[in-house]
Amino acid sequence: MTATQIATPRAQRRVRGVDPVPWWLKLIGGVVGLYFVLPTLFVIPMSFSTATTFQFPPQGFSLKLYENFFTNPVWLDALRNSVVVATLASLLATVVGTAAAVGLHNLRGRLARFARTVLMISMVTPAIVIAVAVYISFLQWQLVGTLAGYVLAHAAIGVPFVLVSVTSALGGFDARLLRAASSLGATPLRGFVTVTMPLISRGVITGAVFAFVTSFDEVVIALFLRSPALQTLPVQMYNSVTVEIDPTIAASSSVVVTAVTLICLVLQFVGGRRKSS
Amino acid sequence: MSTRIRLTDVTKDYGLAVPAVDNVSLTIEPGEFMTLLGPSGSGKTTTLNLIAGFETLTAGTIAFDDADVSTLPPHKRNLGMLFQNYALFPHMTVAQNVAYPLRERKVPKPDITRRVAEVLDLVQLTGRDGHYPSQLSGGQQQRVALARAIVFGPAALLLDEPLGALDRNLRGVLQAEIHRIHQEVGTTFVFVTHDQEEAMNLSDRIALFNNGKIEQVGTPEALYQRPETLFTARFLGDSNVFPLDKPFDGKAVWEDSVWAVDPGTVAAPTASALVVRPEDMRLSTSSVPGTNSVGATVRAVEYMGAYRTVVLALGRSGLTGRARLGPEDTAIAAGQTVVASWPVARQRLVLS
Repeated sequence: MTATQIATPRAQRRVRGVDPVPWWLKLIGGVVGLYFVLPTLFVIPMSFSTATTFQFPPQGFSLKLYENFFTNPVWLDALRNSVVVATLASLLATVVGTAAAVGLHNLRGRLARFARTVLMISMVTPAIVIAVAVYISFLQWQLVGTLAGYVLAHAAIGVPFVLVSVTSALGGFDARLLRAASSLGATPLRGFVTVTMPLISRGVITGAVFAFVTSFDEVVIALFLRSPALQTLPVQMYNSVTVEIDPTIAASSSVVVTAVTLICLVLQFVGGRRKSS
Repeated sequence: MSTRIRLTDVTKDYGLAVPAVDNVSLTIEPGEFMTLLGPSGSGKTTTLNLIAGFETLTAGTIAFDDADVSTLPPHKRNLGMLFQNYALFPHMTVAQNVAYPLRERKVPKPDITRRVAEVLDLVQLTGRDGHYPSQLSGGQQQRVALARAIVFGPAALLLDEPLGALDRNLRGVLQAEIHRIHQEVGTTFVFVTHDQEEAMNLSDRIALFNNGKIEQVGTPEALYQRPETLFTARFLGDSNVFPLDKPFDGKAVWEDSVWAVDPGTVAAPTASALVVRPEDMRLSTSSVPGTNSVGATVRAVEYMGAYRTVVLALGRSGLTGRARLGPEDTAIAAGQTVVASWPVARQRLVLS
């Protein structure tokens, strides 16, 4: 996926003998890049504004909004909830998704394809449909507004990301190594831990990060599941704009953007280093 | 440390037209170097995988010494295995690869360090312990794999065409290496190959596979000198094959020739093909007393360096045959009519 492409070292591209990039392609690339990054970049100057409403260009400079964000228990609770939910959900999704990918990797035929489709379905289903379905069933199971509810729902939408990235990592994995491991005395479980896991770890980590970010950023299901006692950061951000018109959202957005960017950079660094060794 | 491996009526059937391994029985003696030889698809690799436990038996039993291991999973069989693609763990250094079976067996750390150093010395890879497999040549990688497969003192070492991926020169070097290590370690070796020369060089005994069955088992010399079937005669070395007009009944008859037969050279009462090795064929202008012979025309002389091969058209039908000449016999030229003769004791009557 995206992270894998980012991680391709530049040297390798040069070896393949690609022509130099023409100026117009650079221009288009630059424009597309700006288009993606600009909204994010608007939010950061705004977060240092002194205004009490949304204004652009921002006025003055202060850390007032950050102070709000980091002292107001509503925002802090929301942030903490999001981190807890995203961590647990991505852990669960990583375990399930990795197990599914490894299991399906050894299977051929209709049943395997069917199982793969079922696991991937949440990726293509409109979020609102999933949200309503989750809401109706969770009402019955009394999971609405609970940590378990958030974790289960977010894990379900995180599984496809793990499945895809681990499946692609397994594509480069030589299953004969497991035969070697078993001939050397490793049980199937030990073989998985000592041979398979280290060799597909990049796919697993990539999947886990995607699952984390997906959960961290998920707003539709979270809106349905929210309770006064438990709501996530995106839901609080949504509230702050629609109900309270609170510019603190600019600070919280900046924090989120910075955090997610850091995660991706770390991932890329880890990937790049692994490749060069 | 060395183990007797006993296969009894072993069958592996994938549900195809012919079973991959069909009712094979074979005893591999402790410390023996046994080669499973045969063309691809003959069942030799499947047999090795059955011994390793990678495949499950359809029927029959496999025993190590007196213990039935037929249903034992591979990691409990205590066998070392060498693969054609080396199958080294790419994320581990040489030392970590070699230490792997010891770590899985919970050997104490100081012992691991000592034994890894010893075995790396044995395969002449001292000083490479910190390298990753990708930094080594193919030959070095296979040495690491060999070290890893013997470091834990396996009951036997299984070798699945381990030299197949190497170039010719390196193959010779590693052949010698494998031979030396077999001598030093003394473990039972089971070696799979389709290369008859490799099999002849290395083996104490060869089991020749054909269509899922064992065609013949014996020392390389026995298989070469005393083949029992046409398949064996043809698979090991070159042969001149005369399909007899009728199964042997005291006389060997082919076209106009009636040949004398030494009863010791008859593989079975119903043998129906007479086989002569090219190096036993002599060419002359008239028949030599005390030998069997047939008229022949020289088709071509091929220069092979140390010797020359004469391609012959034998008898009335012009059956293609070969004779081997020393460098001194320079008088033979294409188109010449000759008598091809061989000592009665050097021919072999086999089942076709």
